[in-house]
Amino acid sequence: MKTYGEHRYPGRLFVVEGIDGSGKSTQLSLLQQWLMQSGYSALMSNWNSSPLVKATTKAAKEKQMFTPTTFSLLHATDFADRVEREIIPPLQAGSIVLCDRYIYTAFARDAARGCDPVWLRNLYKFAVKPTVAFYFKVPLEIAVQRILGGRGQLKFYEAGMDLGLSQDIRESFIRFQEIILKEYEKMISEFDFVVIDATQPIHKQQAIVRAEIQKRLEHAKKAKVRRWVNLSPTVKGFFDSI
Amino acid sequence: MGELKPYSQGILRLDLNELTGKLIVLEGTDGVGRSTQISLIRLWLESNGMAVLDTAMTDSQLTGAGLKEAKEGHTLGPATMTLFYATDFVDRLENVVIPALKAGFVVLTDRYIYSLIARAAVRGMDTEWLEGIFSIALKPDLSIYLKTDLETLIPRVLHSTGFDYWESGMDLHLGDSLFDSFCEYQKRLIDRLDTIAAQNKFAIVDASKGIEEVFEDIKVHLKKLLEEKPTSS
Repeated sequence: MKTYGEHRYPGRLFVVEGIDGSGKSTQLSLLQQWLMQSGYSALMSNWNSSPLVKATTKAAKEKQMFTPTTFSLLHATDFADRVEREIIPPLQAGSIVLCDRYIYTAFARDAARGCDPVWLRNLYKFAVKPTVAFYFKVPLEIAVQRILGGRGQLKFYEAGMDLGLSQDIRESFIRFQEIILKEYEKMISEFDFVVIDATQPIHKQQAIVRAEIQKRLEHAKKAKVRRWVNLSPTVKGFFDSI
Repeated sequence: MGELKPYSQGILRLDLNELTGKLIVLEGTDGVGRSTQISLIRLWLESNGMAVLDTAMTDSQLTGAGLKEAKEGHTLGPATMTLFYATDFVDRLENVVIPALKAGFVVLTDRYIYSLIARAAVRGMDTEWLEGIFSIALKPDLSIYLKTDLETLIPRVLHSTGFDYWESGMDLHLGDSLFDSFCEYQKRLIDRLDTIAAQNKFAIVDASKGIEEVFEDIKVHLKKLLEEKPTSS
C-alpha cells in the first residue's frame, strides 16, 4: 500500500479547501472549464459522494446515529472508495483530477468534533498527495452571510449540532464554522496550502488559480475528450444571479 | 508488527475505570467453531453467576446493511473494505460493548480487531496504518485463539457454508478456482493470525480437537481470568 507522498502518477491532482461559503466550488468548476478547453482531461470528485457508502451515510444522518469516531470513519470509507475508483485510476491514465474538498476537510471537521489529530493523519495516510492544495481564505462573517443569506434549512451535522455548541441551529453553524476555520489556519504551513484571498472578485481569484496551475502543467498529457463539460449547478446559479 | 499498543486511543471521554466488566475475545478463522464455543462459554459463565453479552463484531446497526450491499457488488477496494469494517467495528464498540462493560457485563465477542487487521494485511494494507486505526479499540482481558490448519478447516467449511467469495479471497486473484483461492487465502490468513496471536499473548487453543475437549481447554483460561481479578460487584 502506497502512503501519502509515495504515489507517483503521470496525472495531476488539484484540490480546493475552505469553509462553507468560501466560493471554492465555483472556482473549481471554472477551473475544470478552462482545463477542458485547453485540451486536458479534467475529472471532478466531490467530498462525500461515493455511491457505495451513500445509503449508509444518509440513513445514519437521518437517525443521528453517528459518534465523532464513526462519523470520521465512514467519511474515510467514502473517501477511500473514491481514491480507489475515481482518483488513482485517472491519475494513472495521465488525467487531471479535481477534488472539491480533500483529506484536510476531514482533519478540520473531525478535529472540531474532538478526534485526535494524530489518529486522523494516520487514518488518511492512503491518500494521494495533491499536486497543489488551494485554501480559499475568507473571514467567518462573509462566509456565513453567503450561506445563511441565500439558502434554506441547515442540516443537523452540517451545522455541527452534534457538538452541542448551541440549541439554535444557525448559532451552532456559526460556532462550528469558527472552529473549523481555526483548524484550517493551523494546516496552512503543515500542508503547504496555496492561499487564495476569497474576498476578491471571482475572476481575479480564478486568474491566480490558473496561473498556479499553469506552472504545474508542464509535460501534462492532453486528451481528446468528445463530451463537452457542463457548468456545475453552483456556477450556473452564480451566472443566473448576475 | 509487534504487540499492539497503545489501546483505547481516541474514544472521547472514556474513563477506563468505569469499565467494570470484562472483555473476552474469541479469534480464529472461518469454520473453526467459534460460534459453538461462544454458546458453551456463555452458558458456563452464566451458570457461574455472570451476566454475559455476546456479540459478533460485524453487522452493526450503522453499517450492517450498507456493508452487505457493498460486498455483493464485488467492486469494494481493499482500503474501502478495511475502513467500512472499521466503521462497523467502532459502531459496535461504542454503542454495544462499552455500555455493557460499564454495566459490569462480561462481553464475549466473536472476533475482534485482529481478524480485521489480518484480513486487511493479507490484502496488502500497511500494517502501521492498520494498527493506528485500530488503536482506538479496548484491550481485551482475555483473547482466545482457536488455532487450526488448512487440512482441518477444508472439510468443516465444505459441510457448513461452502466456499464464499470473500472468505476465499477471490478479490485477490490467488488461484484459478474457488478452491485454490480458498486454500491460498486461508493459508495466508492463518499465518497472520498465528503471528498476531503469538505477539499479543493470546490463549492458544488447538481447535482441531473435538468440541468438548476444546471447551475444556478454554475453561482453563476462563477460570484463570476470573481468579485473577474477581469481577467487582
